[in-house]
Amino acid sequence: MSTDEILSFDEAMEKYDPVLGFEVHVELNTKTKMFSSAPNVFGDEPNTNVNEVDLGMPGVLPVVNKTAVESSIKIGLALNCKIAESCRFARKNYFYPDTPKNFQTSQYDEPIAYDGYLDIELEDGTVFRVEIERAHMEEDAGKLTHMGGATGRIHGADFSLVDYNRAGVPLVEIVTKPIEGAGSRAPELAKAYVAAIREIVKNLGVSDARMERGNVRCDANVSLRPHGRERFGIRSETKNVNSLRAVEHAVRYEIQRHAAVLDSGNPVVQETRHWHEDTRTTTSGRPKSDADDYRYFPEPDLVPVVASREWVEELRATLPEPPAERRKRLKADWGYSDLEFRDVVNAGVLDEIEETIAAGASASVARKWWMGEIVGRAKAADVDPGQLGVSPATVVELSRMVEAGKINNKMASQVLDGVLAGEGTPEEIVEKRGLAVVSDDGPLLEAIDAALAAQPDVADRIRGGKVQAIGAIVGAVMKATRGQADAVRVRELILEKLGVTV
Amino acid sequence: MAAINRDDVAHLARLAHIEMSAEELDRMAGELAVIVDSVKSVSEAAGDDVPATSHPIPLTNVFREDVVGHTFTAEQALSGAPDSDENRFKVPAILDEA
Amino acid sequence: MTEQNISADTLIRLSAAQLAEKLRAGEVTAVEATQAYLDRIAAVDGKVNAFLHINAEEALAVAAEVDAIRAAGGAEAEALHFLAGVPIAVKDLIVTIGQPTTAGSKILEGWHSPYDATVVERLRAAKMPILGKTNLDEFAMGSSTEHSAYGPTRNPWDLDRIPGGSGGGSAAAVAAFEAPLALGTDTGGSIRQPGAVTGTVGVKPTYGSVSRYGAIAMASSLDQIGPVTRTVLDSALLHQVIGGHDPRDSTSLPDPLADLVAAAKTGSVEGLRIGIIKELHGEGYQAGVENRFNDALALLKDAGAEIVEVSCPNFQYALGAYYLIMPSEASSNLAKFDGVRYGLRVLPEEGPMTIERVMGATRAAGFGDEVKRRIILGTYALSAGYYDAYYGSAQKVRTLVQRDFEAAFAQADVLISPTAPTTAFPLGEKLDDPLAMYLNDVATIPANLAGVPGLSLPGGLADEDGLPVGIQLLAPAREDARLYRVGAVLESLLEAKWGGPLLAQAPDLAAESLETQEAK
Repeated sequence: MSTDEILSFDEAMEKYDPVLGFEVHVELNTKTKMFSSAPNVFGDEPNTNVNEVDLGMPGVLPVVNKTAVESSIKIGLALNCKIAESCRFARKNYFYPDTPKNFQTSQYDEPIAYDGYLDIELEDGTVFRVEIERAHMEEDAGKLTHMGGATGRIHGADFSLVDYNRAGVPLVEIVTKPIEGAGSRAPELAKAYVAAIREIVKNLGVSDARMERGNVRCDANVSLRPHGRERFGIRSETKNVNSLRAVEHAVRYEIQRHAAVLDSGNPVVQETRHWHEDTRTTTSGRPKSDADDYRYFPEPDLVPVVASREWVEELRATLPEPPAERRKRLKADWGYSDLEFRDVVNAGVLDEIEETIAAGASASVARKWWMGEIVGRAKAADVDPGQLGVSPATVVELSRMVEAGKINNKMASQVLDGVLAGEGTPEEIVEKRGLAVVSDDGPLLEAIDAALAAQPDVADRIRGGKVQAIGAIVGAVMKATRGQADAVRVRELILEKLGVTV
Repeated sequence: MAAINRDDVAHLARLAHIEMSAEELDRMAGELAVIVDSVKSVSEAAGDDVPATSHPIPLTNVFREDVVGHTFTAEQALSGAPDSDENRFKVPAILDEA
Repeated sequence: MTEQNISADTLIRLSAAQLAEKLRAGEVTAVEATQAYLDRIAAVDGKVNAFLHINAEEALAVAAEVDAIRAAGGAEAEALHFLAGVPIAVKDLIVTIGQPTTAGSKILEGWHSPYDATVVERLRAAKMPILGKTNLDEFAMGSSTEHSAYGPTRNPWDLDRIPGGSGGGSAAAVAAFEAPLALGTDTGGSIRQPGAVTGTVGVKPTYGSVSRYGAIAMASSLDQIGPVTRTVLDSALLHQVIGGHDPRDSTSLPDPLADLVAAAKTGSVEGLRIGIIKELHGEGYQAGVENRFNDALALLKDAGAEIVEVSCPNFQYALGAYYLIMPSEASSNLAKFDGVRYGLRVLPEEGPMTIERVMGATRAAGFGDEVKRRIILGTYALSAGYYDAYYGSAQKVRTLVQRDFEAAFAQADVLISPTAPTTAFPLGEKLDDPLAMYLNDVATIPANLAGVPGLSLPGGLADEDGLPVGIQLLAPAREDARLYRVGAVLESLLEAKWGGPLLAQAPDLAAESLETQEAK
């Protein structure tokens, strides 16, 4: 595999203007497949979630899953699309062993939803409108595993094994119009767009939206043109971009690669590229021998889907609050600053904070816990904060113990570690680890005397009115008591001892 | 409408995944040329105002409720397979790298 | 066991309705009837080659079950279907558990379906013993059954002639008294044209009135399963067994048809308007065919029907449109036969062993010439740059053909034409001339394009060759009952004229076999 030349991102941006386009495939979480009654379940034994229809046996016929159609209409509505009064399925003809009929049943020139848009909020709050060309229904293919060779990749494989469990799983493909004007924010926009789609379909309840399972898959189109030129450049389509970070990196990489190609005076090749997470590069895909002649024609085994306006309105009425509106509402309810709220959103703990507040914590306490304690630990463990293993109830329990003066913040942090280590409930951990605030002033006064004696100059400065110097004495007392003292009480006692009133 | 020639047939045979010998291509090209010629009147029969009919008896909104039905065991699924391994269908390499 | 007072030869010549009555009356058992047919198959099918698979054991078991239920009496016996115990043959395009299904192709040799077609489920529910699977042109592509990968079926009227196609096996089995009933499939005439040339009755029901689930698709928007029988009433009875809504077929009609058996028993055509389609007789039709057609018109007129002439000018484009739509859909429907999931796998003899080449070699070895021809033609008609001119235009012609039918049915209740332009031609005559072969379907194709029902019944023998001529009746969509009403009346008028069923005049294959043996 040859390594492509790339330009630095900054240089690429100086010279060229990127145009993006995305095809996001969303796997619906219906109970059954798009055209058969076999279960739509991830991860079962190979070739067990199939019947004759999924295997493309001779004589079988498809029947459309009504729930999948409704989910598709909901997605269309959430993307501000028009819903087609009538639409059809077509056959996309191509031979590939993961495609049981050697055609994919997909919508072609008559998508169920079209002409929509999505407002994408970038990290700094800038809102960027992405126009949606269409959202259409289709079916997923089976799963090929390449055997032999070194890497498990298609290259170098001796043979492949096919599992058709995924064949026929309902998909909605969401296609954007060309996205212009993103400039150097193109990679960030790419990530934010896919994140927004994922959030919407999850919020609608129509998809499990787990990218690591391929529930949401992104093909990213990138082309460059010199600044000021209207005509688009030649695009590449990068497939297999299956995490939010990968979307950002792949778009950035392709921009850099295109720029280097254009700089060398060569034309960009219109092709499929494959994203490799390990090297964070793309490689040229298989050249298509069928010259993309898919011989689409209306699927004669299916009849048109007619979405009456009544049906569409019924479905619209069931839509949950859109994520963007929900965020607006939550920000107002919680009273966070713009910066605080954006941090919460970017950290991905909106749901967790909402649940924690619902469980009895105040908005500020919930934020302090999640942003101050949990997000950092999640990052270190390389998991989503919500997946770390801290429940909203645990957070509430911990915060109540602190408020009651039973433990201090430092201890609470240790208790949290204990919870994550599976040592039990916060109460049990406090007990087991002997973590309780020392409330008897006797030992504290001894420690304070020792600290003041050790730092007479500091004591003098406090006496002289420089109360902020008290930190050094408090710190020494806390150290001496191995953190078990209540810092607030220590401070009171020091001031009392020195006769200073604040 | 263009006549169909041997190269066309070779291209179509590739699209249709049917290997054909040189003789077969020649013969098929001759036969198809006659057939295509005989059906060309079809393209002139109907004006632009005539809608296409893809279903003889029009129906709409034929749906299935989202209820799980029967499935095969892996053994049943693979019972007719020319080759299989680890409960999956086994196929030769996809890329030609030999 | 009943006392065997009916000879096996008489038994196999009974119509299905007559046999069913005798089964109910206890004059004969289902096992006796089934065995008589199996014996007949053993005696004559070596010559006819109507069957690709014989299902003796299961058929006899089903027959025995019916006999046991009848013998026990009571509610279960009462609940038996009228045709319970009446054997049937099934075209080998229709999938069946427990028997191979080949579609007449090498590519499916030895394949066993893990599921039953809906129509087969319904035969089983009616407890009709399935005698076996009948021969056909490969994937139903042909008009002579010569394109079967398992050798041609021969016409029982003349073993050197074709039995029609693609359902030549079903028609020949019924004509040769190897089965009282059979199932066929009709995409462009594959039930009606074999019916015509073998002197049997064949019906292509209204599109969607019989489930296609489990019929291996050739052209999805044209295919329809239907009955192949010796009498019009038998077709009505069988149509009612297999018909009705099926949720597994999205094109299945939601509402049931009118009572077809009652229609077949109406007994009158008085006052009905019967329309001769100007474009479907005369020039290009054999003189003997035209004569029998005119005889039929005269009989219907005498019986009180009003004969009118209608014109369907767009039928001239029907054959062309059919030979674009059918191969287009077929090219896609047959893509699944690739050597990955089931059926034949052939490795390329040389060069790289990739899956693409294995698919190419498998399809090259597994498909016959006619199938390849149609796949290539369909691939062409759908390919970029040609779609509008070919497939798109053909779908518009379909609209024009439907409009012609609408106009014709405004003037006539039922339309009438010869079923096929000629009687059975000799084996091999048109094998090298696809276009001449396709012309056999000129009168049957319009009904498939429009989805309307059609029935072919024997109209007599052509003067010049003494071979059967078929009369085709066509009715508006969902009005299949009209076909049975008119068909049964015409049948009884003709049989009165002949002094019995036309098939009584067919050569005796069993006797012939004795002569042949003696000659040796």
